[in-house]
Amino acid sequence: MTINRRDLLAASAGIVAASGLGKFGMTPAFAQGAEPKYTPEAGASLRLLRWTPFVQGDEDAWLANTKKFTEATGVEVRVDKESWEDIRPKAAVAANVGSGPDMVMCWFDDAHQYPDKLVDMTDLATYLGDKYGGWYEGMRGYAVRDDKFIALPLAAIGNAVVYRDSHMKAAGFNEFPKDTDGFLELCKAMKAKGTPAGFPHGKAVGDGNNYAHWLLWSHGGKMVDESGKVAINSPETIAAINYAKALYETFIPGTESWQDINNNRAFLAGQVSLIANGVSVYYAAKKDPALAEIAADIRSTNFPIGPVGQSVELHQTSSLLLFSHTKYPEAAKAYIKFMMEADQMNSWIAGASAYCCQPLKAFASNPVWTADPIHAPYARASETLRPNGYAGPLGYASAGVMADYVLVDMFAVAVTGQMTPEEAVEQAEKRANRYYRV
Amino acid sequence: MSTTSSETRPSFLTSLFRNNNALGVMFMLPAAVFLVCFLTYPLGLGVWLGFTDTKIGRDGIFIGLENYEFLWGDSVFWLSVFNTVLYTFVASVLKFGLGLWLALILNENLPFKSFFRAIVLLPWVVPTVLSALAFWWIYDAQFSIVSWSLMQLGLIDHPINFLGDPVNARASVIAANVWRGIPFVAISLLAGLQTISPSLQEAASLDGATSWQRFRYVTLPMLTPIIAVVMTFSVLFTFTDFQLIYVLTKGGPVNATHLMATLSFQRGIPGGQLGEGAAIAVAMIPFLLASILFSFFGLQRRKWQQGGQD
Repeated sequence: MTINRRDLLAASAGIVAASGLGKFGMTPAFAQGAEPKYTPEAGASLRLLRWTPFVQGDEDAWLANTKKFTEATGVEVRVDKESWEDIRPKAAVAANVGSGPDMVMCWFDDAHQYPDKLVDMTDLATYLGDKYGGWYEGMRGYAVRDDKFIALPLAAIGNAVVYRDSHMKAAGFNEFPKDTDGFLELCKAMKAKGTPAGFPHGKAVGDGNNYAHWLLWSHGGKMVDESGKVAINSPETIAAINYAKALYETFIPGTESWQDINNNRAFLAGQVSLIANGVSVYYAAKKDPALAEIAADIRSTNFPIGPVGQSVELHQTSSLLLFSHTKYPEAAKAYIKFMMEADQMNSWIAGASAYCCQPLKAFASNPVWTADPIHAPYARASETLRPNGYAGPLGYASAGVMADYVLVDMFAVAVTGQMTPEEAVEQAEKRANRYYRV
Repeated sequence: MSTTSSETRPSFLTSLFRNNNALGVMFMLPAAVFLVCFLTYPLGLGVWLGFTDTKIGRDGIFIGLENYEFLWGDSVFWLSVFNTVLYTFVASVLKFGLGLWLALILNENLPFKSFFRAIVLLPWVVPTVLSALAFWWIYDAQFSIVSWSLMQLGLIDHPINFLGDPVNARASVIAANVWRGIPFVAISLLAGLQTISPSLQEAASLDGATSWQRFRYVTLPMLTPIIAVVMTFSVLFTFTDFQLIYVLTKGGPVNATHLMATLSFQRGIPGGQLGEGAAIAVAMIPFLLASILFSFFGLQRRKWQQGGQD
């Protein structure tokens, strides 16, 4: 990681030293228009539950920022880590029993499963949105319910197409196709050259869902309509499935058993030359001297645009929740505000070395995105992101449908020929209806 | 004065300790409390949750049999029931056959007998998750050692799709489960074999019994009580298997290897539908009870053990 995180930290430390103290505890040094003021309660201490970071730099930066907050306000913040799959049940239980952590970095639509247990942070979100160029639409979708911010968007863990440049060129393509038709042609040509693509049709929580949602959305399909009525059975979905079938023909065999890690493994072993993944696969190649050749050959890009005419992807999304059972809501809001302000946010995004994409548009200028050309597509994660229950309301049904792999299974049964596209859609419709309860 | 009064009217505690019934209750109390707290209560709670629409993070209300009605019309649930029964049946039969065979071999006078007996236990000793991870590599779509070896030998020209094809995937997870389960069956049956007095075998030999007849009419009847217990446990372990499936396939491809236990987890915890997950788990109970009852009232009957009919 050669990103200038160190420089950034050094630079931002000075600014914080100058202005940070003024914002907390002390008299306000400068008053902005609608800037909310949070005065931590006397003797306040906080607990934050977060997912285990994907890179050490993320954790270092987050803890360094937290330490700055503690130094400025005297409020101790304990940061607990849990592996990312365990966050969802733990957060739900904390919300239910009304104790445990004060704040959680949650995933996807978690906030919508217990909105009445969360502190309304609309004033803080409005202030941050106004100050930093506005929230990205998709990120906002996960955090807003009935026009109120029940959570604060934190980051998108971006997913992008990663491929071998030399293999693409050998297949007769000088640049990566921008649309789905061209993408299919590229995959066909790469298959013919013996350097195929591979996307998971197995129970891959992250990559499998990403791929399936892109297939559906890029062709204009959607699981439910705006009112939450299941709308998967549409000509657009059939088109998406037919496209997936054609694409599947070009894959390396066996992707229907792939879980999250398989594509990384196959790519780094040189078995496949085109996958979609987080930036981790690039760093894995870069760190290993034996893989220097692959690392130099890696390029990344966003998923091609389908008939729908715009980039739409799922990605992993994380938001910050503040539970109403917290004893120190003011201190917690002060902490969240502090962490979201430019100095802290920028150093955190830089520290996470392209894993975490900013929730606020102003941070798109973070130097991490231009530090390495591989990072560029990951910078757009928040922009192309769409909530998982699109286009309906979020909640138990949207979470349940995704956790039950309804969409992943729909594509998998069709591409492997176990069902016709029409049957696959009907089955998905039935399964989704069980959650959306018609 | 005090002595006489204590002799004539023993204190309440003393009389309690002298009462056998009271003493019995007191000795059993810790175990009973333990069982109630850690077995009965969770089980009862699970059954209750199955009748509610509890979500993770939200208390449910009683909805009667609605969860079960939904499951009745759910093709994925029925697929998981089919998978579980198939998985349990095939794996148990194989484990029994191979385990018994192995036990008979180990019961012979082999060189390095103790060494082999220790080795046989290895698959059972290795934590399931670790052996499952090893199998995950063995069955990998690209890096399978089996596929690689066969390709090097020129027997096949592309890797075997172990976990991607429904039939292959079921066979693969069953094979992994059998590999893991054989030692338990083999060692337990070996223990049973060693309790059979050699004089019985000798007597049968003198009567001119062939080795098959000795096995069929001496060894097997003597072994039946052990078989009943071992196979009951084996069936229960197999029926409730979770880790192996979760590591190898997570229930894929397209739910072809989803067992009731894995489906219950998937719906209950990541999916948040705690009530429905509990209902799936409760739906396993009749199957488990049936196998226990079969073992207790069937396999342990004297008549059956002696080769007779009812």
